[in-house]
Amino acid sequence: MTNTAARLPAPQVAKRPTTKDYTFSRHYWAFSLPGTLLIGAVIVFPWAFTLWMSLHDWKVGGDHAFVGFANYVRLASDTRFLESVGRTFWFTLLAVIIPIVLGIWAAMMFHRNFPFRGTLRTIFVMPMMATPVAVALVWTMMFHPQLGVLNYLLSLVGIPPQLWVYHPNTVIPTLVMVEVWHWTPLVMLIVLGGLAALPTDPYDSALIDGASGWQMFRFITWPLILPYVMIALVIRTIDSLKVFDTIAVISQGGPGTASETLNYFLYLQAFQFYNIGYASAVVVIFFIIIIALSLLLLYLRQRSKWM
Amino acid sequence: MADPLVSQSMFGAVGVRRSWGSRLGLWISVLFLVSPAILVFLWMLSLSLKNDIDNVAFPPVFIPQPPTLANYVDVFDKNKMLQYFWNSVLVTGGAVLVGLLVGVPAGYGIARAKAHRTAILILIARMTPALSYLIPLFLLFQVLNLVGTIWALVITHLVITVPIIVWIMIGYFEGVPQELEDAALVDGATSWQSFRHIALPLARPGIVVGGILAFIFSWNNFIFSVVLGGKNTRTLPSAVYNMLTFEQLSWGPLAAAALLVTLPVLLVTVIAQREIVAGLSAGGLKDG
Repeated sequence: MTNTAARLPAPQVAKRPTTKDYTFSRHYWAFSLPGTLLIGAVIVFPWAFTLWMSLHDWKVGGDHAFVGFANYVRLASDTRFLESVGRTFWFTLLAVIIPIVLGIWAAMMFHRNFPFRGTLRTIFVMPMMATPVAVALVWTMMFHPQLGVLNYLLSLVGIPPQLWVYHPNTVIPTLVMVEVWHWTPLVMLIVLGGLAALPTDPYDSALIDGASGWQMFRFITWPLILPYVMIALVIRTIDSLKVFDTIAVISQGGPGTASETLNYFLYLQAFQFYNIGYASAVVVIFFIIIIALSLLLLYLRQRSKWM
Repeated sequence: MADPLVSQSMFGAVGVRRSWGSRLGLWISVLFLVSPAILVFLWMLSLSLKNDIDNVAFPPVFIPQPPTLANYVDVFDKNKMLQYFWNSVLVTGGAVLVGLLVGVPAGYGIARAKAHRTAILILIARMTPALSYLIPLFLLFQVLNLVGTIWALVITHLVITVPIIVWIMIGYFEGVPQELEDAALVDGATSWQSFRHIALPLARPGIVVGGILAFIFSWNNFIFSVVLGGKNTRTLPSAVYNMLTFEQLSWGPLAAAALLVTLPVLLVTVIAQREIVAGLSAGGLKDG
């Protein structure tokens, strides 16, 4: 999702605390109290409870017994789980790189002035806001091997019909396509924010010196928008790891288990097989992967700022 | 169109008349980038307005001849769409309202007290998959006998709305100059008064942005309602997900239902596109 974008870009300028800040700051906790309590109830409590459940053999409606780290040991040798992790990384790699490239391109275009720019930008942003379930439904109909409109459009340009989500080899790229369709606009908006903050002077001097368009992009624009691209990269990575809605509607993890990602595996364990303890262990591993990857990317972002 | 002589070009250069070729490239790029969105939404509309024979025709029929509203009538006849719509309104409305009530002051408190650790907690909450909250909350609601009620859904949707709103509000309140509030405090205002009469009005654009984004993401969520919703309490997206499993081959009504589900958020996107762009690109008040 998206909200991180609003805050990360501008580097934090730490104001030197004055005596005034200290005098007044003690009142501020009261404002956060209701929110903190609520977050504690609906967010921190589930975290703690999940950790506890992951140490138990726990079935919905059945008994539960403490088993220590048995769930984790079982996960380490569960090929279905391990395959879902690998698949998730493969999906994420594609669903991060393609929207980033297309998003930067789109931002460069929408940064220019042209007629109907506002209208076209609204249309371009719409996929990101559209309800994933509803859109996934339409994609499912478009992917139909015999009657789908996509195979018809391909036939117009002489490409043979594809099986899309109905073949193990093409299901992941096809789902990536839907993800790209949904989330390229977010990358575009973040980079557009970066472009809007660019100074114009370097370009003027570069033009006078006779720089080419590519040189200006490579040596002026790219370094300046890099922090924004890194934010988009972090957000895209986290959101791709969590992909669920499109898979639940379009392929249900199939054919076979060919599109069963980590989040879908988790859903099956918890709410189809009712292995609550086992599913909780998956959540904990999932959580560790997400935090580790985000920290790595944020670290890279810090470095990119100094380079 | 703005005069190319004074408009800012792609590279920010002022005073360059762009070549004919460059403008052609721009238009080809823009059409290429926008066409997938247009294709999917128009195809959704087209499917929903065609009868079932045309919908499974090959080659496909693109323009309904003549358009029919039969699919929409069918959706409303066979499903309690108005009930689901009302459920969605209650769940999303409730979650956004509570989210704003606790999230806006929380954002203010965190921004002013510079509570970076709390801010990181919010960020982590946003990164964790929503599905992972569902297991413990599901067990909790079982104990409290709340599974299948609107209350359970409103509470779980807070997982979506509160982090978005707090996160956006922190950014906006950090942009409100501390000096203004210091002046009020020196004049004898209480913390509450300085929040209520100075910071809050200045951060109003942030409240709008946070509210809109929370609304959209809460409305779009379906998995909470699939697991926790009852027959009469499920929200629109999960109702459509259920239709999918039962009438796989009836494309017209399915497309009509899909369009009805996503129409409210698309309308909000069109109406509030300026706020959304401001909220999702950088900065808010900060750069202003």
